[in-house]
Amino acid sequence: MEQLFTFGIVGLSTAAIYAIIGSGLVLTYTTTGVFNFAHGAAGMMAAFAYWQLTEGWGLPVPLALILVLVVLAPAFGLLVERLVLRPIQGLGDAERLVMTVAMLSGLIAAARWIWDPNEARSLPRFFENTDAIDIGPATVTWHQALTMIVAVAVAIGLRILLYGTRIGAEMRASVDDRALVGLTGANPVRSNQVAWILGTQLAAVGGILIAPAVSLDASQLSLLIVSAYTAAIFGRLRSLPLTFLGAVVVGCLESYLTGYLPQNDYLPGLRLAAPALLLFLSLLVFPHRRLRGRDTKARPVPSPSLQGTLLFAGAVVLFGLVLASLLGEGDLITYGQIFSFGVIALSYVPLAGYAGQISLCQLSMAGIGAAVWAHAGADGQLWALPLAVVIAGAAGALIALPALRLSGVYLALGTTAFAVILDRWIFTLPSFEVLGLNISLFDGGTVDVAGPSLFGWRLDDGSELMVFAAVWLALASLAIAVLRRGRFGRQLIALRDSEAAYATLGGNLLLSKVAVFALSAGIAGLGGALYGMQQRSVTAEQFGLVAGLPLFLVAVVGGLTAVGNGLFTGVAVGGSFPVISAAGAFAQNITSVLPALAGLGLARNPDGAVPEIRSGYEPLGRNKPVLGGLVVALAGLWVLQLQDVLDGWLTFGLALFLIVAAQAAATALEQARAARSTDTDVPVEWWGVRREWRREDEEVLARGIAGG
Amino acid sequence: MTPLLELRDVRAAYGKITVLHGVSVSVSAGQVVALLGPNGAGKTTSLNVAAGTHPVQSGQLILGGRDMTGANPRDLARAGICLIPEGRGVFPNLSVRDNLLMMTFTGHSRAEIEAVAFERFPILAKRANQPAGSMSGGEQQMLALARGLATDPAVLLLDELSMGLAPLVVGRLYEQVAEIARQGVGVLVVEQFAAAVLGIADHAAVMVRGRVEREGAPDSELRAELSALYLGSST
Repeated sequence: MEQLFTFGIVGLSTAAIYAIIGSGLVLTYTTTGVFNFAHGAAGMMAAFAYWQLTEGWGLPVPLALILVLVVLAPAFGLLVERLVLRPIQGLGDAERLVMTVAMLSGLIAAARWIWDPNEARSLPRFFENTDAIDIGPATVTWHQALTMIVAVAVAIGLRILLYGTRIGAEMRASVDDRALVGLTGANPVRSNQVAWILGTQLAAVGGILIAPAVSLDASQLSLLIVSAYTAAIFGRLRSLPLTFLGAVVVGCLESYLTGYLPQNDYLPGLRLAAPALLLFLSLLVFPHRRLRGRDTKARPVPSPSLQGTLLFAGAVVLFGLVLASLLGEGDLITYGQIFSFGVIALSYVPLAGYAGQISLCQLSMAGIGAAVWAHAGADGQLWALPLAVVIAGAAGALIALPALRLSGVYLALGTTAFAVILDRWIFTLPSFEVLGLNISLFDGGTVDVAGPSLFGWRLDDGSELMVFAAVWLALASLAIAVLRRGRFGRQLIALRDSEAAYATLGGNLLLSKVAVFALSAGIAGLGGALYGMQQRSVTAEQFGLVAGLPLFLVAVVGGLTAVGNGLFTGVAVGGSFPVISAAGAFAQNITSVLPALAGLGLARNPDGAVPEIRSGYEPLGRNKPVLGGLVVALAGLWVLQLQDVLDGWLTFGLALFLIVAAQAAATALEQARAARSTDTDVPVEWWGVRREWRREDEEVLARGIAGG
Repeated sequence: MTPLLELRDVRAAYGKITVLHGVSVSVSAGQVVALLGPNGAGKTTSLNVAAGTHPVQSGQLILGGRDMTGANPRDLARAGICLIPEGRGVFPNLSVRDNLLMMTFTGHSRAEIEAVAFERFPILAKRANQPAGSMSGGEQQMLALARGLATDPAVLLLDELSMGLAPLVVGRLYEQVAEIARQGVGVLVVEQFAAAVLGIADHAAVMVRGRVEREGAPDSELRAELSALYLGSST
């Protein structure tokens, strides 16, 4: 009985923290319409800043609290509102979501950069030396009591602010109709600022209160937010009382699981994954008023030509061959990721790009693929590769069933929960048996991964595996292009544009979603298997939620609807990051922040970088002499490097220079030709056919239409 | 009579497409001006320009003799412009009382606003704590119109007040609009349901393709021209 009380008190104290953090989340969402994935990361930064001020620099606790809660947290909130969220105010839910995911990834990377993760840090509890209070059979520490008092104060304060003041009405009105708020003479920007300041302060309070109970780790602290997400979903992202109730359920569940869960090899992970499981269940159980999201700005999906994609696929294989011939064994392992990451990133294209389903667990699917290949393909049996694809695809189909009820933010949360359940529990399990079938994933540590055997030819050399992965990336890119041009591709785009219209036209939502989730997870599983082969051994951590965020962000920056996105993301994450990291520890830190910075830049180019790069290089594609010259020059460099005349870095630098210079030359030549042309007599209907389409043509036509 | 609100030779565009080609309209105190015309004529854009929610390419926006061209919607609202946009100008998730609270940013007290709104539309008092979005269309328009009554604006801009409402409700709402005008407020109404608004309008302007093609008193000649415009004519 005493134990029951004790765990109850611990649970309520934890619940109070989740309630504080969750209410901040609800506040920003109800006021600004932005679900802040980085809310926990803001709390994490506040906890680190508080540690730095008190433990690092020895400032008194009250002064440190004032500095963090009254100066740093509001300043951070204002900065986020001004620099990150105001530019994307007019964009859709997906873009806003990506921005906060970018912030989450960026803040974790920044904290690891500033505070060395290898150094252990801890924070003392408040009133640590004061005697605990006895309540019946249980005792309550002053830290726990303080936590609960703060939570109650927050609840009352927020209630009064939102429902008893004019600024509260203004904040709630901003979500309904920002334009109308302006028309009433109120200031929607001010209400957003207040929301972000208060939201960040609440995250900071939560971060500082919870930090003494856990180790001060950037990723762990940021992901404590999953429990607060669950609490917020209990409140359907709008009700503060229900959010508090949700926090009590989550806090007590965690506490009692710690106390009463049997100790064996299989269940400790369940306690860690419990909030995520609960989040997943609550997403399914509670009805959502904004279930269908508000994203009405679906962007056009380009339809790649078969000829162009074939050329692209050929170029991918050629690129793999050239790289494989130039790199040493160590570099082959490092840069071999280019193609396997490329395949994993390509899995976002049908799912997020075509069907508009945002998933944050694609790397987890890759982990399943890697684990299946590691065990089933231990001797290189080629049949294990389709098996890896099928099993990852089946896991994807499993997510699709709940996904039928979810979209936008809710789907992103659901897939996050799924990734956390795999991370913290399933991937950490030792071998187990289900219905007589022995299942092994990562065996609680590292698993060795073998290369495949192609009809007796064993691929275990780094260069062979790189070419093998390049061929698969080429094939996967081709398959996605064919899919886009076919019936299923059109169905997915229709589903993205309007689920209701798709269903009323006779489309089967369940079937289409299951199919695209399974397809996408299968592609990710293939990428995971290829990644494992290249790395020779894999651990569960390589496929965690946080590890997958940079890949997702770079894929979004590339443009989720572009078939070339696989190569773009692969080269960016698997190629350019190691290249930059080679310059030292500082550069390594830069690369960890880069995806987040790139994601934050999304507001400038929501269509992605790949379409822009493609249109930038079109003049080079049209100019056969310059293109031919470039190919010959690159081939020359390749030969010189093979002969050891040039060193690797010089070849890389020269190749990069040649490619950029050829593009610039081709563009300049084309512009000069266009300027010289005297084709004023070409009739308007032939513009863009008998002569090049010019930027100013659009305006001329617009004027003509408006005037006519 | 000196106009309260004037659009002088206003040009406005969506991207590169120009939709207003030098529109001039004026509204005096106590006057109801109807802005009529077919779809795509530029009526709503003209209202949005007057409320500051759409930028002006060239031309002037004059309010009470002051050049307010380029002013933002908030400043124009505080200077006396009140736009009731198309499709119910209310906050659906806020209660009726909170919707009325949102009208206090123009400088009026909550008690003052509630007194006027509840006196004019008693049904709103009964629905005071109900979310505005859960009321009927007519009731929502009453709440929106309450802004025009309670905040004492200089000019009321109404966009398609009749949209989705039964003719009987529309008639009652326009009676309230006439009452607001009688109190000295200038009213500029955009309406496709021309018959409803011409009954109370003092002046009408007919827009076609971003230009005011015809304006004057809403007499039988103008009504005939309007019929020809909507239904087509052999002349």
